[in-house]
Amino acid sequence: MRRTILKTTLAALTVTTGLVAPAFSQELRMAIWSANEAHLALFNEIADEFEASHPGVTVTYDSLAFEGYVTTLTTQIAGGNPPDLAWLFDTTAPDFMAAGALYPLTDTFATTEGYDIADFPPATLTAWSRDGVQYLYPFSTSPFGVFVNNDMIKAAGAKTPAELIAAGEWTWDNAIATAATVAATGKQGLVVRDFDFKIWENLAEIYAGWGAHPWSEDTKSCAFNSTEMVDAMSFIHDAIFVKKAMPGPGVSADFFAGDAAMTTTQISRASLLPKGDAAFDWDLVPLPSGPVGEYAWVGRAGIGVLANGKNPELAAEFLAFFSSKDNVAKLAQFFPPARQSLLTADVLSAANPLLTKEQIEAVVIRGVATGQSTQQVPNFAQLQQTARAGLDGLWQPQADIVGVLNALCDRLNPLLAAN
Amino acid sequence: MALALDTSQARRKRGFWTMARRDAATGYLFITPQLIGIIIFVLIPLGLVFWYSLHEWNVLAGSFRFTGAANYEKLLSDPALGEVMTVTAVFSAGLALLNMSLALGLALLLNQKLAFMTVFRTLFFSPVVVSLVAWTIVWSFLLQSNGGINGLLQMIGVEGPNWLRNPTTAMISVIVVQALKNVGLNMILFLAALQGVPRELFEAARVDGVPRFKQFYRITLPMISPTILLASIVTIVGALQVFAQIMILTQGGPGFSTTVLVYYLYQQAFQFYLFGYGSTLSIVLLVIVGALTFIQWQLRRKFVFYEN
Repeated sequence: MRRTILKTTLAALTVTTGLVAPAFSQELRMAIWSANEAHLALFNEIADEFEASHPGVTVTYDSLAFEGYVTTLTTQIAGGNPPDLAWLFDTTAPDFMAAGALYPLTDTFATTEGYDIADFPPATLTAWSRDGVQYLYPFSTSPFGVFVNNDMIKAAGAKTPAELIAAGEWTWDNAIATAATVAATGKQGLVVRDFDFKIWENLAEIYAGWGAHPWSEDTKSCAFNSTEMVDAMSFIHDAIFVKKAMPGPGVSADFFAGDAAMTTTQISRASLLPKGDAAFDWDLVPLPSGPVGEYAWVGRAGIGVLANGKNPELAAEFLAFFSSKDNVAKLAQFFPPARQSLLTADVLSAANPLLTKEQIEAVVIRGVATGQSTQQVPNFAQLQQTARAGLDGLWQPQADIVGVLNALCDRLNPLLAAN
Repeated sequence: MALALDTSQARRKRGFWTMARRDAATGYLFITPQLIGIIIFVLIPLGLVFWYSLHEWNVLAGSFRFTGAANYEKLLSDPALGEVMTVTAVFSAGLALLNMSLALGLALLLNQKLAFMTVFRTLFFSPVVVSLVAWTIVWSFLLQSNGGINGLLQMIGVEGPNWLRNPTTAMISVIVVQALKNVGLNMILFLAALQGVPRELFEAARVDGVPRFKQFYRITLPMISPTILLASIVTIVGALQVFAQIMILTQGGPGFSTTVLVYYLYQQAFQFYLFGYGSTLSIVLLVIVGALTFIQWQLRRKFVFYEN
């Protein structure tokens, strides 16, 4: 009798544990490339709300290093430990979608109450879908602007970008002239953030002003040796090695630490602006105009659900919650939304107390409306590394610019043709 | 009758567990943990890498397709491989030469009976126990164009190059950084070998009027040749496996000037998602390391002096 009771109790426990355990142990992990405390505080706030309405679910954020982010992510996938959700660059997303690594989100977004997918202009969704299926949520559609240290520029005796804009003279030539004036005082002039002579794609913030692209429109051939790109690269080379307006290779300079007069970056970096004694008079202005006139450059990031994750359905549900209208309005302070209804100066300035309405209007609203973005191409990682290696020859004072770019195209063309 | 049976059974038992068998069993028991470790962490992964090299493995897609020798055929048509092998050879030869000659020179200097020798030995050995990544990161700062090395050069009126951005100086930099990191290990090996050379050989040479440099070539070098062989094998195998230093200092650049084989296979597997081809390159590395070790081992008959 005793043995029967014991057996029944054990069986009941096993069944109960089996039924209850999954409900209490569902964990979601999102891989991100930000370790910014302000970002994480907001993400955790959203996760807390989701956890409150989903008892037993835990959401964590895995901050991976920006440099090598995709490699770390791939290693996690190869090791059988993929995150449930991951931020992806617009350059990387095509390979993930083509490989079937992402869980389709079309149905989740369509069936989530109040999600309103029609709020996203179709152009903001195309980079994140394949064959009509939505695989990623357009998390950040963030135009690049120029953060300016007015104190440093005034101390060097140059005109500030705001003054140049007022005079209709905010061009790359004048921006580099201002940077060179500051550099002559011993500080650095203009920093292209995160470029570091490795992530050459970030130079698009400049070469887009020349109408240059790395590949042809059909992405089947190299365009690094096009006239536009040669002119743009010659301008950048001259700014680095002749005018000394941009820090050269091997020179580290951080605008937000007060090392440089200007930096091209996105508004999400506004949280890095120094406070207290280290604070300075700063401004955020649009990119200067280039030979093609005024232009804007938009960096895009998406969030996808890994198909091989432990809980793809639950992860998709969390993503729909994360990207709901209410949460996107909060996230807008760091990551300009793709939702049309939230892309207004009022909403964005409420979310961004650091930025003025004029700055938001000039850089964000106009940037999102008119900005170009990276050309998406399959097999980007290999193309990126090949171009990085090829462009190394350019970052020498006596570089043969045309020769280097021609040689680079000789290496890239077979790879592009094979795509 | 029963007693006789018991005695014969006991004898049979004793007959199997002879002294030699007992010793062998004890020996096997002692090496079992190590053997299990080698099987799990070396032999099985080695077999798996070979198996992967016969497949096209896309980690993103989760696809794993048998392709036979396709990855090996790809080796022959890989336009970058020739450059990578040349860079690997230059790096390995440069590192082996610098490390070995520096280590031997230091060992000869520190083998003198002078004051503070222990302090100097500790000083030169200390980089060996420093974390490789920390060591390399510090050097990456020192080698920046506005870093410590050029700062020192500027103090004596010399404008230093941009060490890590020029193909030649980048290669020299990674070789020197790696050589300084491990020179202490070979130095200690050579020092131990030098102290094992019988003094009377030098005394006899002195009596015969043999000059000091000839004593070095005729006595010291032959007597420490087994250690030179060991150090050269360890150094060259280590040079072929270098990764972290390249990753931190140059990421294979500028251009492909420091893209050694291990870094190249890492790129193929982890950056380009080509795990099958990356595994094939690992097999190439294994064959090269095996072949070089075999050649060095064969050369010992000609160049290495064993007293016995």
